[in-house]
Amino acid sequence: MSGAQFGLALSVFLACAVEAVEALTIVLAVGVTRSWRSALYGVGAAVVVLAGLSAGLGPALTALPIGVLRVVVGGLLLVFGLQWLRKAVLRASGLKALHDETAIFARERAAAETTPGSAGRKTTDIRAFSAQQIDGYAFTIAFKGSLLEGLEVVFIVLTFGANQHDVGLAAVAAAIAVILVVAAGVAVRAPLARVPGNAMKFAVGVMLVSFGMFWGTEGAGAHWPGGDAALLALIPGTLLTALACVAALRRQSPPRAETGAVGP
Amino acid sequence: MSARLAAPLRRAWLAIWDFVVGDDWRLALGVVVALGATAAVAGAGATAWWITPVVIAALLGLSLWRAAR
Repeated sequence: MSGAQFGLALSVFLACAVEAVEALTIVLAVGVTRSWRSALYGVGAAVVVLAGLSAGLGPALTALPIGVLRVVVGGLLLVFGLQWLRKAVLRASGLKALHDETAIFARERAAAETTPGSAGRKTTDIRAFSAQQIDGYAFTIAFKGSLLEGLEVVFIVLTFGANQHDVGLAAVAAAIAVILVVAAGVAVRAPLARVPGNAMKFAVGVMLVSFGMFWGTEGAGAHWPGGDAALLALIPGTLLTALACVAALRRQSPPRAETGAVGP
Repeated sequence: MSARLAAPLRRAWLAIWDFVVGDDWRLALGVVVALGATAAVAGAGATAWWITPVVIAALLGLSLWRAAR
């Protein structure tokens, strides 16, 4: 496996694991509180929509000329990666609350418990859904949560995979991440609060920005000194820049919303 | 266009905007400017690989500075 392929697999794996953990938290909350059957139907419907999007967008992306593909994908990765990195730096510096799966689980669960059922049921008899009934709330929340988190996964798998002509490797990395997260969720039957999601988001942001700069610049017609080896400077350079921003923000501002230990 | 149709379209547009552009639209605009400048300089035959990293580092710093204020 080449360095670029390793970077592709690692980026997709980390991004998919992060998104899968977030989707799992939402599905667990409505499944435990309302109806597992409805929640799983919601996840299934989201998977069908995501598969349709992948089938439609994948061939369209790979059909683009390589120069156009690289500048478009590089630009999108940069826009997307800068969002991830900005939030990760703000969280690591204490200016934004850390992503806390336990708190999100508790919030989603409380909302699910206080929302009447699709048939007008109250909280007290919400578990009385028969095997044939679908709870609209559980279905919708699980569908939306899985679809929104899954969209980011599809975007990353398609852009990284198409650019490296290795959608298969990206899809395998994504599948392994999702299977591992779901297996862990089934095993502990609780939100995966111990997964270092904030640090993983920091790493994904660094990878997205680094690959975005690499491909975007090449697509725009410039050439990196050293070719592919430039990534070996771009990735640590981006990481050091982000860490320098964290250090500067920590010096400049007192923490406003820190909720626990951080660390990229 | 009827109001019944306009509301879902508006929600869809806002969702796409939020998904792609996110919290700071200046980042998206800066990326377009950086890649455009790279293409222009490379097209003129000059060395252009350094432009995107420099602009991206500046964009990230400025966006964080604005968020921290």
